[in-house]
Amino acid sequence: MIELEGLTKRYDEKLAVNNLTFTVRPGVVTGFLGPNGAGKSTTMRMVLGLDHPTSGDVRIDGKRYDQIEDPLRYIGALLDAKAVHGGRSAFNHLLCLAQSNGIPADRVHEVLDTVGLTGVARKKAKGFSLGMGQRLGIAAALLGDPRILMFDEPVNGLDPEGIHWIRTLMKSLAAQGRTVFVSSHLMSEMALTADHLVVIGQGRLLADTSMADFIAKNSRSYVRVRSPQRERLLDVLHEAGITVVETGGGALEVDGGKAEPIGELAARHQIVLHELSLQQASLEEAFMRLTAQSVEYHAHSEAPGGTWAQPVPRGEWGADWKKGA
Amino acid sequence: MAMAHVIRSEWTKIRSVASTVWTLSAALVVTVALGMLISALTRREFDSMSPRDRLTLDPTFISFAGMSLGQLAMIVFGVLVVSNEYSTGMIRTSLAAVPRRATFLFGKITVATALALVVGMATSFLAFFLGQTVLGPHGARLGDPGVLRAVVGGGLYMTLIAMFSMGIAAMLRSPMLSLGVLMPFFFLISNILGNVSATKKIGRFLPDQAGSRILQVVPGTGDDTPYGPWGGLGIMVLWVAAALIGGYALLKKRDA
Repeated sequence: MIELEGLTKRYDEKLAVNNLTFTVRPGVVTGFLGPNGAGKSTTMRMVLGLDHPTSGDVRIDGKRYDQIEDPLRYIGALLDAKAVHGGRSAFNHLLCLAQSNGIPADRVHEVLDTVGLTGVARKKAKGFSLGMGQRLGIAAALLGDPRILMFDEPVNGLDPEGIHWIRTLMKSLAAQGRTVFVSSHLMSEMALTADHLVVIGQGRLLADTSMADFIAKNSRSYVRVRSPQRERLLDVLHEAGITVVETGGGALEVDGGKAEPIGELAARHQIVLHELSLQQASLEEAFMRLTAQSVEYHAHSEAPGGTWAQPVPRGEWGADWKKGA
Repeated sequence: MAMAHVIRSEWTKIRSVASTVWTLSAALVVTVALGMLISALTRREFDSMSPRDRLTLDPTFISFAGMSLGQLAMIVFGVLVVSNEYSTGMIRTSLAAVPRRATFLFGKITVATALALVVGMATSFLAFFLGQTVLGPHGARLGDPGVLRAVVGGGLYMTLIAMFSMGIAAMLRSPMLSLGVLMPFFFLISNILGNVSATKKIGRFLPDQAGSRILQVVPGTGDDTPYGPWGGLGIMVLWVAAALIGGYALLKKRDA
């Protein structure tokens, strides 16, 4: 279990992590979601004691990271796959980490086998592809057979096979009762792996919810209608008391899950339809909406705005969608 | 317990990168070879020297002439051992494995220092014996008064130079910046300060000037240095301690 309590990190003027309080529980995959620059990596570095919090506290099963004896046996992390000396072989990289925590050398061979790097164990890490580097980082995380695992953007730059492998790995680790905490900036990725979801934007907590709840709340279904007699259709729908949202490309969107009544209504008034389809709003859109709000909120509430690394532009798809919601 | 683990780990680290081998072998080869060359030149010039120069000839010190250049390789060794962690990003992996920063840094320094001591002693003894062989009839023997002290001191001097560099690198983190500060300092600034009469009194308290006093067996004429061989080494030890404490203080305070 990882507990964050009012965790805050300030770099000069910029508040990278702003009063985060949440708990990562064992036995599930907790997804840590936020756009680039939201403070995910900073938060994870503070969990590992690499960065000192400005205020607040992180506890791992009640202990501060530097109070844990042989921490690799307790919590394994992949923060940055490039955090390796390129001149050292994969085997020696893992061996020096194992020795520092009193982990037997046999375990190095085991994890190399698990991640499929046995064949290149004696090769220097600087010759590794992005995917191989990621696997080496995961091998290091698994080295101490820890109860808690933390991965920062593990699927970044991986090929589909590698992505599938990581998803399966994380699920199996959680199924063994371990605590798995994984960050991503892609909602679609989280929807496939995470059971619980923590969303942050600009260092603030935006949501702390189960994945199922998040989907139930945010997956809006609507009917898309396209017609050459658009104005007549609008009138007819309006008379019938049906709320319509006009979107780009001449399509209309009607909230609610039923296409049939709209089709019948159009038939009755002899309106030609070119499209009548049931649509499901993606979780990605729900996520963009959530984080776009955080951008807006900050732009209004805190003076030194504009430090946002990669802003979700306002008035873009996600924000537009919100009006119809 | 934890310290023993870290020392094993740091030993694996240091033996598994190529820079360890080439910096340390460069330190040995350059020091010994240059010492032999200067010894050979001295032997050839001996007959044309004034009687006074012959009297103050310090064959031990002459065989260490290569150390002024060889120490630069020791500096590179000391800098790379520490700053490699930063330039590669390995520091984050290392501190996640060993979160107690004192254990991490001093474990690393212990291993690197032990290695530097072995190579430094080998260098010093080799430079002495080969230099004396080249000097032939004008050479000193290990049993002569003060000679063993100078030869052991030479090994300690090389080791302390490496340690000082580790401390500076721990403070500055970047290998280029650390070398950019240390190289000109030891190769130019210290020499200039030590040889210009106006600054000589300050210059001789610099780490290399003070530390290298132990390499001399026969003091130069008109030598008014206010410390002896061990006193000078003591001054160098203080510099090293300051650099290491500074490096640790910054490591402790900073985000990795």
